[in-house]
Amino acid sequence: MPLALHLTALLPPLLPTDASAHGPALDRHLLLNLWIILALASLAHILLLFGLALRRAPEARRLWTIEYLPLAVLGITFAALAVHAERLWAGTRYTGASPEAMQVEVTGMQFAWYFRYPGPDATFGITRPQLAAPGEGNPVGIDPADPHSTDDLVTSELVLPAGREIDLRLQAQDVIHGFSVPELRLKQNAVPGESIHIHFTPTTPGTYAILCTQLCGLGHYRMNANLRILKLDEFRTWLADKEKAAHP
Amino acid sequence: MSSNPANRAAPHTRAVHPAQCIFSTDHRIIGRQYLVLALVSVILGTLLSLIMRIHLVWPEFFRNPLIKPEDYLAIVTLHGTIMLFFVLTTAPQSGFGNLILPSQIGARHMAFPRLNAASFWLTAIALLVLLASPFVPGGTAISGWTAYPPLSAVASAGPGQALGMDLWLVSIALFAIASTISSINTLVTIVRLRCHGMTWDRLPLTVWGWFTAALLSILAFSVLLAALLMLFCDRHAGTSFFLPTGDLVNGVIHQRGNGSPLLWLHLFWFFGHPEVYIAILPGMGLTSMVLANFSHRRVFGYRLMIATTLAIGFLGILLWGHHMFVAGLNPFASTAFSVTTIAIALPASAKVLSWIATTWRSRPRYTTAMLFSLGFVSLFVTGGLTGPVLAQPILDEYLHNTTFVVGHFHLIMSMAGIVGLFAAIYYWFPQLTASARRPGRLLSESLGRWHFWLTIIGAYTCFLPMYFTGLAGEPRQYAQITAIPNAAGRLLAATRPLNLHITYGAIFLAAAQFVFLYNLIRSLRHGAVASPNPWSATTLEWHPAATDLASGEKITVYHSPCEYRTSPTAEVSFLPQWSEDAVTDVKPE
Repeated sequence: MPLALHLTALLPPLLPTDASAHGPALDRHLLLNLWIILALASLAHILLLFGLALRRAPEARRLWTIEYLPLAVLGITFAALAVHAERLWAGTRYTGASPEAMQVEVTGMQFAWYFRYPGPDATFGITRPQLAAPGEGNPVGIDPADPHSTDDLVTSELVLPAGREIDLRLQAQDVIHGFSVPELRLKQNAVPGESIHIHFTPTTPGTYAILCTQLCGLGHYRMNANLRILKLDEFRTWLADKEKAAHP
Repeated sequence: MSSNPANRAAPHTRAVHPAQCIFSTDHRIIGRQYLVLALVSVILGTLLSLIMRIHLVWPEFFRNPLIKPEDYLAIVTLHGTIMLFFVLTTAPQSGFGNLILPSQIGARHMAFPRLNAASFWLTAIALLVLLASPFVPGGTAISGWTAYPPLSAVASAGPGQALGMDLWLVSIALFAIASTISSINTLVTIVRLRCHGMTWDRLPLTVWGWFTAALLSILAFSVLLAALLMLFCDRHAGTSFFLPTGDLVNGVIHQRGNGSPLLWLHLFWFFGHPEVYIAILPGMGLTSMVLANFSHRRVFGYRLMIATTLAIGFLGILLWGHHMFVAGLNPFASTAFSVTTIAIALPASAKVLSWIATTWRSRPRYTTAMLFSLGFVSLFVTGGLTGPVLAQPILDEYLHNTTFVVGHFHLIMSMAGIVGLFAAIYYWFPQLTASARRPGRLLSESLGRWHFWLTIIGAYTCFLPMYFTGLAGEPRQYAQITAIPNAAGRLLAATRPLNLHITYGAIFLAAAQFVFLYNLIRSLRHGAVASPNPWSATTLEWHPAATDLASGEKITVYHSPCEYRTSPTAEVSFLPQWSEDAVTDVKPE
């Protein structure tokens, strides 16, 4: 183990920064998986090469010790990994966000992400695709006739407070897009015709990359945005300034 | 090289019309035709991958013509489609399935020779249709080999999504029809045409591989065909299977019915995942047989190997949802698909254990075919072990659509698949080159060893680092990874040194194949003449009468394959399946 630690110190970081509450557990499980498969791959190669190097002996017959016992050990290993993985998965996905979580809507379109904050009424206004007009400042097609829409705020960067649970509502206007924030260990496709929710809690202030990870057309590679995580008071100031600018 | 037994009886007295050769119903000729088609395809697919790799790390390399982002994605689509369908499905299943399968079960022909020829020509037309797509307005489709709608359903979604996409659909539909026909042919041949004594548990594991892959093909390709038809109707017949109401693509609003893109994902991956097993199962079977043959051993746990082949086939149709963990699938369904996916690790591990046990203390004969089969085991392990990692939804949430996945399937499917094909080519080259008038030839073994070592080094140099770029967060299918604005640029820049390394590896791996091409071309005419059973093999394709259609000799099987005996003087002797009881000594090289 000290050797392993030494090696990991020499190499560039295996994983990027981790800035979400669920991330460290995911990283630990991922690293555990990687160490196990590294050990298994090494063992398989050592056995293969060792067996080839030794002098010839009569062929093995013991199906139990050569096949079933190792298979049972592998089965238990994979089952244990799977059970832990499902618990982590259930923790983030089986239940929705708490009612206090901050609501933000994410809309993917060729080739940009837009983020909508519901404003003081905490309700998103209705959107209609025929009203979508990126050139006129209404990329997601908010219907101005809906009273809930007047205080909605649309931005091209996602700004979130650290330490508060976020409930993202993912939508796609045209084709499937992949909402991905590697540094928050988040990934979920946005699918046209559906609203998909994910929830998480950012922990570490900083600027992180939001990528598109589902092939969406010729500009797929440049469909990215910044995620800025701010301290709670800084976030409040930012939101107030934005709202003042948008709805003076 | 004629299909007509009358011509064979007097080969020198009657010239064979070229058309008889081209439109032959002889399974050996059809097998060779498939292999030539796959060779042309693999060369094209490799060149396309080199263009991608070079463009990614040196974007200014191609100036004239410039590679625009849409061109890059068209290359992605062509590379994936060509390699998956026209190389990894065609060569092992149809190529060697035709060339070797009938003689390995003691049959004289395939069950439906004319249908067999029809499926080859449909496949050839499918390839031509696909290769025509770069030349139509808009060019090739840019939606990758998975063609997710609405990107693939709406012409306004991008260049290539109009006529190019239609050609892709037509090409793959033709391919699906051809594969279904060919699989029915394979199944009927195995079920009905086994020679006397060829019981199910005496079938070589290669035949079990072809059998299981054919079963999967029929299920998978018929669903794919339905999905392609539905997508075609969404594009041209006003249906809305995959399009939701109000979908707004590039100014065009979909006003009709309300469908869901997720339906395509289900249908496509119901095909797509079994497809990767179709590509690899024949290679697994061959690996078992080649390892046993050169180790002069029985395959360890023969019946278990049959059972695991079938188990992989069965589980293979139950785990398509692991491609959809972050696609909008119900999270409970993700758990279910995760369990079926991890379950398939067990039959796969059982195979690796058997391969290790078969070669354990066997002091094998290191022919090139043996080396490539050992390479198959190595790549299968290093590529396969990341499968259970990706099968855990919480980890897939981080790794999905990163180059970690690209590394995973390139090592296990592409590299293990290709290395399995190389083993097949070196092993069966005498079968590939023999005709009624001349004996088969061998590929050069010394060039073969060079080819093996360079290939295995190249494969690991190129694809292993992809695990690390993926862990660093690099997404796949990006037309550009340098000079990206925002925080994304910083994330991608961290992968630059490894990406350079991958490109050098890709160039090295591709260059190493010149050794193979040179060996192939040279040995076709000047290779050493092979003896009737050059590898001291026990399976029926090496029966003296197997290639001679006119002989009419009745073939009977008396043994399981790979039966060897070690005498007290440590001399190894082998029992061919057709041998009544006589023990034949293994000739020294």
